[in-house]
Amino acid sequence: MNALLSKLGWFAFAVTGAFALAVVALNRGESIGAIWIVIATICTFTIGYRFYSRFIASQILRLDPTRMTPAYKHNDGLDYVPTNKYVLFGHHFAAIAGAGPLVGPILAAQMGYMPSMLWLLAGVVLAGAVQDFIVLFISTRRDGRSLGDLIKSEMGQLPGMIALFGTFFIMLVLLAVLALIVVKALAESPWGTFTVAATIPIALFMGVYARYIRPGSIGEVSLIGFVLLILSIVGGQYVQEIPSLAALFMLTGEQLTWLLIGYGFIASVMPVWLLLAPRDYLSTFLKIGTVVSLAIGVLIISPELKMPALTQFVDGSGPVWSGSLFPFLFITVACGAISGFHSLISSGTTPKMIRNERDARFIGYGAMLMESFVAIMALVAASTIEPGVYFAMNSPAAIIGTTAESATQVISQWGFYVTPEMITQTARDVGEHTVISRTGGAPTLAVGMAQILSEVLGGQAMMAFWYHFAILFEALFILTAVDAGTRAGRFMLQDLLGSFIPFMKRTDSIIANLIATSVCVAGWGYFLYQGVVDPLGGINTLWPLFGISNQMLAGIALVLCSCVLFKMKQDRFAWVTILPAIWVFVCTLTAAWQKIFDANPRIGFLAHANKYKEAVTEGTVLAPAKSIGQMQQVIFNDYINASLAALFMLVLISMLAFGIRTALRARALGTPTAREAPFELLPVEIVSRT
Amino acid sequence: MIEREGDFGKIIEEERTMLTRIVSGLRYLGQGMRLMVGMPEYSTYVAHMHHAHPDRPVMSYEEFFRERQEARYGGNGKVTRCC
Repeated sequence: MNALLSKLGWFAFAVTGAFALAVVALNRGESIGAIWIVIATICTFTIGYRFYSRFIASQILRLDPTRMTPAYKHNDGLDYVPTNKYVLFGHHFAAIAGAGPLVGPILAAQMGYMPSMLWLLAGVVLAGAVQDFIVLFISTRRDGRSLGDLIKSEMGQLPGMIALFGTFFIMLVLLAVLALIVVKALAESPWGTFTVAATIPIALFMGVYARYIRPGSIGEVSLIGFVLLILSIVGGQYVQEIPSLAALFMLTGEQLTWLLIGYGFIASVMPVWLLLAPRDYLSTFLKIGTVVSLAIGVLIISPELKMPALTQFVDGSGPVWSGSLFPFLFITVACGAISGFHSLISSGTTPKMIRNERDARFIGYGAMLMESFVAIMALVAASTIEPGVYFAMNSPAAIIGTTAESATQVISQWGFYVTPEMITQTARDVGEHTVISRTGGAPTLAVGMAQILSEVLGGQAMMAFWYHFAILFEALFILTAVDAGTRAGRFMLQDLLGSFIPFMKRTDSIIANLIATSVCVAGWGYFLYQGVVDPLGGINTLWPLFGISNQMLAGIALVLCSCVLFKMKQDRFAWVTILPAIWVFVCTLTAAWQKIFDANPRIGFLAHANKYKEAVTEGTVLAPAKSIGQMQQVIFNDYINASLAALFMLVLISMLAFGIRTALRARALGTPTAREAPFELLPVEIVSRT
Repeated sequence: MIEREGDFGKIIEEERTMLTRIVSGLRYLGQGMRLMVGMPEYSTYVAHMHHAHPDRPVMSYEEFFRERQEARYGGNGKVTRCC
């Protein structure tokens, strides 16, 4: 009877989800409430979690609640600590949630909300969450070792090195694109620049406070910091209104770029307690708080989606980024559906704290569903903006010009209703001089959030506050990522170079440190600068490169997962990771190929380079270049970008080859060959407690 | 009368379990928030040291705080956050 009831319940649930999806999918011509998307999402995720992740856990991985976990085996009260599964879920989610899932869907909204929504729902249930879960499982069964180590031990030394090498380049592109988002959000905005600049002295004060005045008082110091942050947002408005102060914080993109590069260098060689740690407290808590309040806001007011379900830009002619739906939508959405970066987190601190193997399902699969939910919220926020205003904010100045009139003219031709007053009114509402060509996703999200949150709290008068709050929240965690990422990149580089030049491996040597840090900063700084001066906005070039690199890492992780399944003698279930792997490979390789070789200069790097070369031979100068020398620079940048895309393809293809070799070898043997830590029983009193 | 007292006792008992639930929920919330920034529970560490290594010195909270901060941010190439 109970079983029947439960089945009926799940059936009703599935019907509700299908109905909500149908409402979203079949409703054409009139706008729908965001609540339908939320219902469809919740139903899809719950069913995916209940059935698919359970199938993976019990049939394929055979999670064993009596098996020893690294947290008990190596318990030291520090890195290895058996941790409550809800507490650990929070830790894991805070580590995987970043700017990616917020920005990706916003940029992808140029094709309408439907394609991104479908990919987010399907991708996370069948690919992204599966990857996170299985990597977490693999690492937990191997003493919590890192992705590079896991690949080395399961697939061989060389593939391990290749994966690490690829990861380093992902890091560079990631930091560049994140920094670019900040530059785009803060350029020519004294209010935003002031508040973000104010976070530096605030963090320094917090650092000193938590180390000397009240050692270790994280909660207290974070509260103080939060109050100061709010004051800095309020203060920013006054700064904007006083011309002499406003001039001081009115910076161009190029000025901000140099400041960021300088900041990145200095911040990553400073003691961690002084700037990085307190900044991390603020950004982590603010991130969680903002995501939760956005979700509550969407639930309460269920805003109307103004963006059409599909726009004409599915053909690849869109102004925000170029390239057709396949493969570029999947590259652009990236993080919220499947993110390769998560495989580093799932094989990082989390597996060292899992109390019981069984928890891996809730933490690995569950946290990724949550991340995808955040991406859906971002998509909703972007879709509640008037499409005309959305395109005014996200199209590069080279296409729509720099005035409200020129933007209106171009965007009206695309068939979206917009007037110059709508654009200027939006700018006035959020307290900015202009919103035209505010590319990069962050300002769009901020406008969407400001509309939603001001409706919940504060009304029209608070919109400017909420806008700058959202900008601050994004800039804050991006700057934390720049700082922490530069440090991580430096160590990766020292590790890699150390194999050839032993001196570089010495992490205690200040000279080796400074060299590696400089190389890292120069690396991402180069891509950042190139993006900032690009008339098409830089996001056009850098976001696809970032997406490709991120999906490449996902491909690597899925290959590892498949190899491990073969080595566990679970061949008949290996499709669970092989199918998503094939999809990721096809999308990523096609996208990289098109980025290099496509004949359209807006897509292909080589075609773009040729266009400039021809102009050089004719002696004409094309924007953004102002001289033949700068033309040469543009051509050089194109070649660098093309090489990088080629490098990602090479890494991916070689990993595929190594993966196939490993799988074939495992199949040839009759016994399981997975290199798990030897089986030990969890002490009985622990099993009964958990 | 006796029955009523029994009811009363039950109510107090229920309230008490409710209260302990709230308290432990809040404790987990605090624990969770601290762990989000890489700070595990100090009392767990102390208990572990007393239980497993009674011979070894135990770090003070301040030392523990600094050690964990250095471990989270000090490098060794660990990636502690995502894009």
